[in-house]
Amino acid sequence: MYTAADPADAHAHDHAPSGFMRWVSSTNHKDIGTLYLWFSLFMFFFAGALAMLIRAELFQPGLQFFQPAFFNQLTTMHGLIMIFGAIMPSLVGFANWQVPLMIGAPDMAFPRLNNWSFWLLPAAGTLLISSFFVPGGAIAGGWTMYPPLFIQGGIAYDMSILSLHILGISSIMGAINIITTILNMRAPGMTLMKMPLFVWTWLITAFLLIAVMPVLACAITMLLTDRHFGTHFFDAAGGGDPVMFQHLFWFFGHPEVYIMILPAFGIVSTIIPTFARKPLFGYVSMVYAVASIAFLSFIVWAHHMFATGMPLGGQLFFMYTTMLIAIPTGVKVFNWVATLWRGSITFETPMLFALAFVFLFAIGGFSGLVLALVPVDIQLQDTYYVVAHFHYVLFSGSAMSIMGGIYYWLPKWTGHMYDEKLGKIHFWLTTIAFNITFFPMHFLGLAGMPRRIPDYALQFADFNMIASLGGFLLGASQLLFLYNVIQCVRGGAPAGNRPWEGADTLEWTQSSPPPYHSFVTPPIVK
Amino acid sequence: MQEHATSDTYYVPPPSIWPLVGSVALLALASGFALLLNKFSAGPYLMALGMGILLIMLFGWFGTVIHESLAGKYSDQVDTSFRWGMAWFIFSEVAFFSGFFGALFYSRIIAMPMLADAQLLWPDFHAIWPSAGPGLKIVLTPVDAWGIPALNTLILLSSGATVTWAHWGLQKGRQFQLKLGLALTILLGVLFISLQVHEYGEAAFSIRDGIYGATFYMLTGFHGFHVMLGAVMLSVIFFRAVAGHFTAERHFAFEAVAWYWHFVDVIWLLLFIFVYWL
Repeated sequence: MYTAADPADAHAHDHAPSGFMRWVSSTNHKDIGTLYLWFSLFMFFFAGALAMLIRAELFQPGLQFFQPAFFNQLTTMHGLIMIFGAIMPSLVGFANWQVPLMIGAPDMAFPRLNNWSFWLLPAAGTLLISSFFVPGGAIAGGWTMYPPLFIQGGIAYDMSILSLHILGISSIMGAINIITTILNMRAPGMTLMKMPLFVWTWLITAFLLIAVMPVLACAITMLLTDRHFGTHFFDAAGGGDPVMFQHLFWFFGHPEVYIMILPAFGIVSTIIPTFARKPLFGYVSMVYAVASIAFLSFIVWAHHMFATGMPLGGQLFFMYTTMLIAIPTGVKVFNWVATLWRGSITFETPMLFALAFVFLFAIGGFSGLVLALVPVDIQLQDTYYVVAHFHYVLFSGSAMSIMGGIYYWLPKWTGHMYDEKLGKIHFWLTTIAFNITFFPMHFLGLAGMPRRIPDYALQFADFNMIASLGGFLLGASQLLFLYNVIQCVRGGAPAGNRPWEGADTLEWTQSSPPPYHSFVTPPIVK
Repeated sequence: MQEHATSDTYYVPPPSIWPLVGSVALLALASGFALLLNKFSAGPYLMALGMGILLIMLFGWFGTVIHESLAGKYSDQVDTSFRWGMAWFIFSEVAFFSGFFGALFYSRIIAMPMLADAQLLWPDFHAIWPSAGPGLKIVLTPVDAWGIPALNTLILLSSGATVTWAHWGLQKGRQFQLKLGLALTILLGVLFISLQVHEYGEAAFSIRDGIYGATFYMLTGFHGFHVMLGAVMLSVIFFRAVAGHFTAERHFAFEAVAWYWHFVDVIWLLLFIFVYWL
């Protein structure tokens, strides 16, 4: 067992600083992980509030509260902030806290760079959110930023582009840090194939980030020069092509959706074995499945563009590669279910979230398969079916596994148990409200309701009202989450080193909360 | 189950203010740039402020790193981290340039023929590269690959050789060879940039002249910017070499910059082939 009382440790480092400076100048992976998580929680509520406004407007047909231009700002900023402000930073927060603890490293490989990766986020967030208050309002062309619409807007468009540049710098530096930590700082004996699956998913995610964030930077730089420096990248008159932006964007964008889901897979693959009290079924195949999904993510991008138009050969290629993703994903779902088989399962809050993830993410995966079919996709492009699909993968996929992960590791991070009863209420309200909100959207989309509109035809009224009611309940339920987290940070029953009897990764050998500097000398993994 | 290993501990630096300073700098730079682009008079001042803060941060941060390095705080494992970090950073730069190369290939191979096929819109337009597109009515005279660009290729390839020669000097403890090699490399880098500036001045087209002008200036411009950055990094390494910071065994700062310089070199070769020549 590792103990913090080793005299060598006490002298190795400066003691923990306190107050304001502890947070702004931190080089500690735990503090920086905490900062990431709080930042993402704030952004989650901010972008969630935008979603509440969207659902309020859509509660009834007709223009209720907002002008269409502002409604478009709401949908655009909701998407952008949820993706870049809430989901990605929270997963990096998990990586910061957990990767060093799970591989027995003293900290991240580049602790100062780690701090910069975080503190760039508030800078970028300030730029992005303040764009609501400039002349012309925030960006309104959708989070995908397609030209020519995106070339025509006001200063908010430039602010958002530059904000995304800063977010990209943060992501790339964060990813370099994580990948280096995993490759170079594993404890002796921790071979790659002994790493917890969460670490594996982050190794591959970090690779994806380094490969595709620069491509996004390219694409939005071209937008900027088309806007202000007279280039014609996306203007057919000058020999450019607006469709080229879509290719570049989705070459980033499709790996990006796996960047948001792979670490979530890692969290779920950690939670399920713990509460099934069995080792993860098919560990090696899980690793290969994650790697295959990452590889395939580079050759499916144009399935977002079937309706844009492309040669038949292109449509067939991207349709088949997209459907291929179902195979490694199916391997994963099979392994999660097989892990449960004959396990002695208990249903604590993290486990509930993980099980709901398997079920609901599978629905999102299946609707993705439906959308992979070119003829169907051309019918469903830009309808609420697509909205339903990506909320099943992003909310009940990423966001709910993040919540499960928070409940799972909160006792380790704070040293206190959260309120289990409240956690379960939060889980059930979230799951039920989520389905009330987004399941009817499948029907709306199949019936032809387009997305990103503030007003709609009368026949869509009932399902929209149901979705809005579900949405308000979903939003309100998250306040329970916030309350539970804050209460857990402030106090609660002592967690002990290993509150979950089925957990066997390295972090549970540490105290709860772990010492400020853990694993200063690496443990030896047998 | 687990026992202590007796290896060196990994150096975890004390709290540092520089990352926050860097974030403030980038926020000022980005906001200033947004204002500048939209013709607000505060823009340039805010950008200058951001640039100033960024420079202070770079001096402070790198200064700290050099101090720590000289104080022997970096174990072999830290050294390996730096190597991985630099390698992945260069990989991200490769991804960045492949985006722009992708734009070039897409425009030439896919967009151009499709525009030529749009007979109803532009019946007179033919897909011939270089092109400023069907709508601008500009006849382009491209830069001749076998003039300045070929010379620049020679210069940059030579600079790759001189930096390697400097590295040999460092490894064999020949300080003079190290300094001379670095100085020559920097000189060749500056010569490259000067010729590039001259070429921009002479070129018969601008960044506004359709897709050819856009891809040409974007690719060569970003490359030139990277050469400048590389030259600045080499200069820092030169002064550190003069100050005797490097030993034959431990000099990853030198190697990192050399890697970067070779990367810039390879990008240039691709530029020469696909932008200037073919």
